[in-house]
Amino acid sequence: MAGVMIERPAPTVGEALRRMREQGATYQGVWSWLTTIDHKRIGLMYGATAMFFFLVGGIEALIIRLQLARPGLTLVDPDQYNRLFTMHGTTMVFLVVMPLSAAFFNLVIPLMIGARDVAFPRLNAFSYWTFLFGGMFMSASFFTGNPAGSFFEGNLGAPDGGWFGYAPLTLNQFSPGTGIDYWAFGLLILGVASMAGGFNFIVTIINMRAPGMTLFRMPVFVWMTLVTSFLIIFAMPIITVALFQLLFDRLFGANFFNVNAGGTPLLWQNMFWLFGHPEVYILILPAMGIVSEVLPTFSRKPLFGYPFVVFSGIAIAFMSWGVWAHHMYTTGLGSVANSAFGVSTLLIGVPTGVKVFNWLATLWGGSISFKTPLLFAVGFIGMFTIGGLTGVMHSMVPSDYQQQDTYFVVAHFHQVLVGGALFGLFGGIYYWFPKFSGKLMNERLGQLHFWAMFIGFNLTFQPMMILGFLGMIRRTSTYEAGLGFGLWNMMSTVGAFVIAFSVAVFLVNVVVSMRSKEKAGADPWDGRTLEWAIPSPPPVYNFAEIPQVKELDDHWAKKYVQNEAGETVPAMVGGANGHDEEEDEDEGGHNIHLPSPSIIPLIASAGMPFLAAGFIYWDNPWMLPLIPVGAVITLVGVYGWALEPATE
Amino acid sequence: MQHAPTVDAAHETNTGIDNRKLLMWLFLASECLFFGGMIGTYLLYRNSSVEGPYPTDRVIDGVAYSGLFDIPFTSVSAFVLLMSSVTMVLALAAIRRNDRRGLQIWLAATALLGMTFLAGQVFEFTEFYNEGLTLNSNLFGTSFFVLTGFHGAHVSVGVLILLSLWVMARRGRITSENAMNVELAGLYWHFVDIVWIVIFTLVYLLQ
Repeated sequence: MAGVMIERPAPTVGEALRRMREQGATYQGVWSWLTTIDHKRIGLMYGATAMFFFLVGGIEALIIRLQLARPGLTLVDPDQYNRLFTMHGTTMVFLVVMPLSAAFFNLVIPLMIGARDVAFPRLNAFSYWTFLFGGMFMSASFFTGNPAGSFFEGNLGAPDGGWFGYAPLTLNQFSPGTGIDYWAFGLLILGVASMAGGFNFIVTIINMRAPGMTLFRMPVFVWMTLVTSFLIIFAMPIITVALFQLLFDRLFGANFFNVNAGGTPLLWQNMFWLFGHPEVYILILPAMGIVSEVLPTFSRKPLFGYPFVVFSGIAIAFMSWGVWAHHMYTTGLGSVANSAFGVSTLLIGVPTGVKVFNWLATLWGGSISFKTPLLFAVGFIGMFTIGGLTGVMHSMVPSDYQQQDTYFVVAHFHQVLVGGALFGLFGGIYYWFPKFSGKLMNERLGQLHFWAMFIGFNLTFQPMMILGFLGMIRRTSTYEAGLGFGLWNMMSTVGAFVIAFSVAVFLVNVVVSMRSKEKAGADPWDGRTLEWAIPSPPPVYNFAEIPQVKELDDHWAKKYVQNEAGETVPAMVGGANGHDEEEDEDEGGHNIHLPSPSIIPLIASAGMPFLAAGFIYWDNPWMLPLIPVGAVITLVGVYGWALEPATE
Repeated sequence: MQHAPTVDAAHETNTGIDNRKLLMWLFLASECLFFGGMIGTYLLYRNSSVEGPYPTDRVIDGVAYSGLFDIPFTSVSAFVLLMSSVTMVLALAAIRRNDRRGLQIWLAATALLGMTFLAGQVFEFTEFYNEGLTLNSNLFGTSFFVLTGFHGAHVSVGVLILLSLWVMARRGRITSENAMNVELAGLYWHFVDIVWIVIFTLVYLLQ
């Protein structure tokens, strides 16, 4: 590779760059956001929207915690409670953690692989708008569809079947109203968004890498995005089938889950968890990728055992397809099935453990600087490990029989999803914030955020483990006094408000940091990967010149060399170091052609909520026309897409 | 890296596979799971219906039920769909040698064969309905109509794509340079065809 001369075509760059700059000047206003297909802007929109839903899901959680603070409270009635915990779970999984991961895919992946954008920029915009409409559609269910009365009389219309929506409990008979319909259609729409994103990032990572960026020179976050994207495109179709079956039963009287007609409830459970267990790795693998970037940067050491971390991520993805029935031990599958799934679940702990030890070894002996991103990454390791170990406890069948449906399970998955995924994602926000805003986040507020969240998190969820062992059952709106639950529940409620405080600190930090005048510069953390080689915030076209990659952690290798004594010292001037803020005006030779902004992706995704609403109310002649309306919008979008040239 | 340094990253890919083609392959791979779920459900419920009508002849508690499946008829429509894959291949071959007239003919032939298959499905659904099978009547009706209905919807989308390409071809907007459009449609079409072979085998032939 070294020594290959790059033959440059006739200089056309002056023209192209001038156009880019002029475009940059006009690239503002609401319309520019509606039509943007720039992966960085889409990433920011993903992040902001996910944060909004995070607040919604958080408020739901606080109401739940207030209701449970003392025995016998009546802040919400059991029906409202069911709807709140259903929407809390669904929101946090599908509208917060998944899109927040998608935000990082969008923001970082093209930069990390040295590309100017994703493979399909319009499809990328389509993913975002579809996610937004799907989330709004599902959330709209709060205001509609409770047969008992209107929202303003306290009758929430939201789904009430839990985030896993076990049929037949979600059939009309047991869950009247339209809540479950909104839930199912909402998830279908969100599935379209996730799959479109999954396809896009696989193609981007496989096909759009800069010259020299071989698969094993890719940063671990890129690897984890690739693995997650494969999980998404294979897991989502399964839940799609199950949701269609549920909707056929609910809307058109089909029999998939009708026990009287011979249907079996286990069909839903198998399908849901065959999707659902890969899904939990869809939630955690991106955070693992982020942590694998943050740790080396703040330890100033390469990631320990890079190939092991990559391969264990791949192994986790493969094994995640063979563990789903551990959610169903108590359904009577039989001891052979239970043992087999118990063993496979124990085994999946091995690659996960490999990762944890590699992360620890990365820190070992490093020159560690405990900035906020690293605090969250280290918090992730500790909290995720507890979560993983409680998962191993669940894998053992007899022990799981005791824990099934208790707060121990609730504690376990919050331990991995909050202490794991969310800590990792917050670490990612602090880590990459300077790259996309040009400003560093305030370090003091960041530290306060971390410690408040860390303490609040443990105060909220560790008592739940004890509650689980004491036998407190989940999904129950209250409990009696004298069972010994009161103290632990009160602790948990206090903890939830400490977390809420920490989130408020975070939001203040975002505002304070955005308004700060201090510039972060291109490479504030002395980073290792390609995104730190370009200005902050990056120009629309990312790289003025597509980088040539020679090794893993290429950006670091261009900044530092080893001297004869084996010490790492800054490379002499003349390396790539001075490259950062250069505008590369007269370098010549790169024909930057970026795809043009387009409103078509938004139109193409706007048809889906109409179609969904039309089907939910198909027996109402006034609402039925929504189906053709949605179909026409979709067709306009699709044909507009096919006929619109991708670039000007 | 084996390949020469790329000059224009948007046009040359790391693998040499066109981005859109890779996207189509991934999409089809994910569709396998979709149809896998549908077909799996049908097989799970194959002998679970507690009342008729049933797909095949059977006697239950001394009552004889005549089966709904008409294997010779469905074999013919399966053959029609199979032949449409041949015409699809011929369409792609035609445009690859820049034979625009051949492209038009074979695209139209493929779309017509696809529509013939759909007409056969409409006929079959109507027959079954007349003999008392609906989405609601039993597990067979539920799982059969939803599975074959989703397949039919896929064929319909394919026909729509083929007709759109045919219109483009007639306006001379498809050349050997953008033959990729035809190739992608072909990949989708062959997939839908193969899914039918699987459905025909597992649902109709396997008793």
